[in-house]
Amino acid sequence: MNRPLAEADVIRCAEQTPAVLEARGLSYAHAGIGTLFEGVSLAVRRREIVALLGSSGCGKSTLLRVLAGLEQPATGSVSFLGEPLASPHPRSALVFQQPSLLPWLKLADNVGFGLDFAHQPRAGREALQGRIAAAIEAVGLKGREAAYPAQLSGGMAQRAALARALAREPELLFADEPFSALDAITRAEMQDLLVDVVHRWHSAVLLVTHDIDEAILVADRILLMGGRPGHLAQEWTVDIPRPREDHPEAVTALRLSILGALRHASL
Amino acid sequence: MVGILLPFAGLLAAALLWAAGAGWLGAVTPVAASFSPGPTVDALLQLLQGRDLWEHVALSLQRVAVGLVIALLLGIPLGVLTGLSPLFSRTTTPLFQFARMISPLSWMPIAVMVLGVGDAPVYFLLAFAAVWPILLNTAAGVAQLDPNWLLLARSLSATRRETLLRVILPGITAHILTGVRLAIGIIWIVLVPAEMLGVSAGLGYFILDSRDRLAYSDLMAAILVIGFLGYLLDHAARSLHRRWLHA
Ligand SMILES: Nc1ncnc2c1ncn2[C@@H]1O[C@H](COP(=O)(O)OP(=O)(O)OP(=O)(O)O)[C@@H](O)[C@H]1O
Ligand SMILES: [Mg+2]
Repeated sequence: MNRPLAEADVIRCAEQTPAVLEARGLSYAHAGIGTLFEGVSLAVRRREIVALLGSSGCGKSTLLRVLAGLEQPATGSVSFLGEPLASPHPRSALVFQQPSLLPWLKLADNVGFGLDFAHQPRAGREALQGRIAAAIEAVGLKGREAAYPAQLSGGMAQRAALARALAREPELLFADEPFSALDAITRAEMQDLLVDVVHRWHSAVLLVTHDIDEAILVADRILLMGGRPGHLAQEWTVDIPRPREDHPEAVTALRLSILGALRHASL
Repeated sequence: MVGILLPFAGLLAAALLWAAGAGWLGAVTPVAASFSPGPTVDALLQLLQGRDLWEHVALSLQRVAVGLVIALLLGIPLGVLTGLSPLFSRTTTPLFQFARMISPLSWMPIAVMVLGVGDAPVYFLLAFAAVWPILLNTAAGVAQLDPNWLLLARSLSATRRETLLRVILPGITAHILTGVRLAIGIIWIVLVPAEMLGVSAGLGYFILDSRDRLAYSDLMAAILVIGFLGYLLDHAARSLHRRWLHA
């Protein structure tokens, strides 16, 4: 399914792949934990999948929340589509490690949750229904619209959470270890699905993960976060053609390079 | 099959014990014969055919409803505030724990003095008894909300009203319903003694009135009715809880 480009998209396409998200000199401090990270500058371009890789507790989730406009940095600035970001942008969406569906809503209502909120862009009822249906179909849950979250398996619930993000037609999808609670087989399916749908939705992704293989299989670019306080230590552009499973040598070489850098970063 | 019959076996055993106890007591004090199952059932059938008992029941149930609604109107906002604001919670927790442990009936004389005789002091006592389980369960529900739901609401730039009505309230409804169930149990227990003072109708009044009329079979029948209605109310509250969870 190919969604037609909106007029605004066409105008923006004419420019030279501008950054969806741009952050300069971000630091975050909190009483009790001190400075969690500092000097973080990064950009995510349109339709780009960027993986943010780092060890447990180095501040990835916090950085993600700052980038999403959910928390204020101590220093530095974030801009979204060229505008300074003060609060979460309506064209960004979140996916968490847990599906966090609302158990009192049917799947379709979960997917459409919040689209009618006061600060969301106005859209007609029909248009919203269409977006919800398209998102549900894209994640393979067609026919389960009336199911309650308690009736979905873990994998299906995470698909629904992905659909909830897609229904917002995000310019940028923030995903915080979205698949780390799933079994290996479901995780692999979900990684393929993520790449597939964000390409079809023309969305960029910032994917937080501590799984090196996930970063290599999914991302166009990998950022390594490490140190104390945390900072971006190294960056790789992944130009291995997809499906990347078909290029084991290139994948292995990149993997070794990342592992080597990790060993340095943790020193 | 046996599983279905067991509750009836329990009730039957209780009825036999009741008959034996009343029989033994009747041998000592003849008037106790009217406590036994036979006359009680007769009295119950008589009462069910008349209008009096139904009016007392209707009035009692109406008081339960009013008391519960007042308790909900006070308990839910206070519970939400307790759950959301650490400051409010720290300020009020000792007070609430203190007030909760005072038997509502101890307020009776003061309630009658301040509110006068009639329904008002009964409403006050019932609401006062029921507000604590609702308040505490609401606060616990707020504390157990999935933080990601709130993050989701914030990522949608939800207004305070949207966050409250679309996330927090439905998110704590299961807890509120647990509170309602506990509250109904307490209200039903407090109701009868509360209706024994200053009112001239209701199941509590009916018990006292039966005693004064020396109609002991009526009194026993009223006890059966009270137990049965309480059971029904609890059952209703339970099934409401189950339906909400869609389990
Ligand atoms: N606002 C805050 N208040 C207190 N502690 C905080 C705050 N923000 C972050 N922290 C602490 O900073 C540390 C790193 O947080 P964060 O969750 O961002 O790391 P992470 O890299 O995502 O870790 P993980 O891999 O476990 O998800 C944690 O120990 C967390 O408790
Ligand atoms: Mg994290």
